[in-house]
Amino acid sequence: MSAATQPRPGLLPGRGSALRIGLLAAWAVAAIVGLIGIGERILLGERLTAYSSYIPWGLWVAAYIFFIGLSAGAFLLSSLVYVFGVRQFERIGPLALFTAAVTLAMALLSILFDLGHMERFWEVFLRPQFHSMMAWMVWLYTAYFILLLGELVFALRRRVVRLSPAQVERDDRWLRILGTIGVPLAIAFHGGVGALFGTVVAREYWNTAIFPIIFLSGALLSGSALLTAIVVFLWPTRDQAWRELVRALSRIVIFLILLELILEFAEFTIPAWYQIGSEAGLISFVLFGPYWYVFWVIYGLMGVVVPLILFTRGGVVAQGVGAALVALTFFAVRLNLVIPGLITPELRGLERAYLDPVGGRLVYAYSPSLFEWQVTIGVVAFGLALFYLGYRFLPLIQNGDNIHEGSAR
Amino acid sequence: MNERGGPVLEVRPDGVSSSPDDGTVSGRRDFLLKVAGALVAGAALPVLGLPGTAIAAPSHLTRGRTDVVPSLHISPQADEDVLIRMQRDLERALAKPIEQRRWGMVIDTRKCVGCSACTIGCSMENKLPPGVVYRPVVDTEIGTYPNVTRRFLPRPCMQCDNPPCVPVCPVNATFKRPDGIVEIDYDACIGCRYCITACPYQARTFDFGANWTDNAAAGPGAALALDGAAEYEHLPNFEYGEQWTRGEGVIPLSPVGNARKCTFCAHRLVEGMLPMCVTTCIGRATFFGDLDDPTSLVAELAASTNVTRLKEELGTEPKVFYLL
Repeated sequence: MSAATQPRPGLLPGRGSALRIGLLAAWAVAAIVGLIGIGERILLGERLTAYSSYIPWGLWVAAYIFFIGLSAGAFLLSSLVYVFGVRQFERIGPLALFTAAVTLAMALLSILFDLGHMERFWEVFLRPQFHSMMAWMVWLYTAYFILLLGELVFALRRRVVRLSPAQVERDDRWLRILGTIGVPLAIAFHGGVGALFGTVVAREYWNTAIFPIIFLSGALLSGSALLTAIVVFLWPTRDQAWRELVRALSRIVIFLILLELILEFAEFTIPAWYQIGSEAGLISFVLFGPYWYVFWVIYGLMGVVVPLILFTRGGVVAQGVGAALVALTFFAVRLNLVIPGLITPELRGLERAYLDPVGGRLVYAYSPSLFEWQVTIGVVAFGLALFYLGYRFLPLIQNGDNIHEGSAR
Repeated sequence: MNERGGPVLEVRPDGVSSSPDDGTVSGRRDFLLKVAGALVAGAALPVLGLPGTAIAAPSHLTRGRTDVVPSLHISPQADEDVLIRMQRDLERALAKPIEQRRWGMVIDTRKCVGCSACTIGCSMENKLPPGVVYRPVVDTEIGTYPNVTRRFLPRPCMQCDNPPCVPVCPVNATFKRPDGIVEIDYDACIGCRYCITACPYQARTFDFGANWTDNAAAGPGAALALDGAAEYEHLPNFEYGEQWTRGEGVIPLSPVGNARKCTFCAHRLVEGMLPMCVTTCIGRATFFGDLDDPTSLVAELAASTNVTRLKEELGTEPKVFYLL
């Protein structure tokens, strides 16, 4: 963070202000805590984790699908500009692309730490097995990552070097082509993440057709909300155009909150309505079990009710707070997608059949360990730093010439 | 099989003596002598004599040796132990090409007393660390006190003919061998644990790199047994006929960081030995052999009318059968 040399409006409060020092201190603490966690992960492997042989996926997998959802959502929002030519959002195109790239990097880092053999991740490229949804997902997001970088180059080049109108037009064409490929790609890879869970027949909670759909709607919601919050808090100017931009984004977020709500309603009521069947118990666990507050308080209250009030009643800043709440609390939804699928024994009595008194790895209870949180905090600190560096050194936002840059349509 | 016959079994036509309780004192001594003799000759010899060759030979899939085990030459006896018949079945199967073998297991839940000797024997054979188990015995209590009974269900890997754990692997690290055993290539597995979530029997566990002596007292004051345990933990296991020495660290030594599962003791089979859980079963409740050999004991038992498999409705086609 200390690399900051020329102050630029928008990202951090002015030099010497208490808020600025507080934010920097908070980041530094997160970075130190996270680095310690990541160091332990590298040196000690997964021995400090709380997930187990019976609940083999935990916080890091939830973090992975959360971050990758943010990425897919931000990217799809950018396609409004580059593919569908929605001029209202033209100014946030590069910012959306960059946000998508940063959150994708955070997602990949999260899932890398989850692997038992991190040093073998490239095996997925050398010896893929395309029956596996996971292999598809890795190949698709690799393609997506390359495409994202390409789009960023074409979107930013005109702001770094002076291009002739013809060159700008050519870049625009490339942006349109890449974006057009990118939309189905982003839908495929994030739907694929949902399908990775949805195709597992052994897990009734996951094995529903709504999973890929709800992953996509969640990606759109969380990604758009994150971008809205970024625009509210980090946009350099506070003019009428900015207010209109925020209002338009807020409408999208409100729509997506409601869409997500309908899908979640279907997801939770269809298998459990008559309180019979194997999935009914799992849904009761989510809604009324020991972690009931994850759904009702974190998602329901802080992710739906409060943001909807803020969006409809509040000013621009309140809408930004609402959007940030939606984006952050969506992590609770992701946790509730991964963990409950794993908490019941596949064979009754297996939980008592053979115990692991040393590490507690043969239990059907999971609560992330401090170490797991540490690593995730480290990933977040890394993402924030990456975003800050990009925001400072890349021409993601340009004052004044945003409305009609070059010959953009 | 007269499995279907009366509740108490004395001597089977094929020479299975399944209920030691019924033997007289002299009958039991006779029985034990025969078993001991045959076992020492048949099963123990390769254990004592051959660990070196077992590791060195390159192709663990195609090897098969019948020369070391003399039990083929023991003619069937009326009251011989089932283990001896299964030993003969095993050797007959090993004489065939690997793709003509189809290993299967039959577990007689009526004979299982829930002693967990199979679980322990398996854990020792494969030197399993804490958190990893291949064959737990599910112990269910039925009824309300005082009218209760217990039911035991040993749960090895089902070695499904249609295994749900195989197609999910992103790197082809797990596959079905020609003899039907579902194998994990420890050198390829990236440790993503997708297969663990995909197994409807939860037969796969993850090696987190823990050791039994973790957090235990150590140093000069530590008990002798503990030092022995620490040493034992770093001995190699021989799964899939290779030598695996576990190790934690920046780059963990497989199988640390890998999914693990029951292998039907594939490394023992090629040496002409029955799986550890079969040989350690005190009630002779676990049977093993070649399902494609109609004269084998498992093939006969698997064709019983009182046979069932776990979660048949999924279509996984398990090769572990339960007699009820």
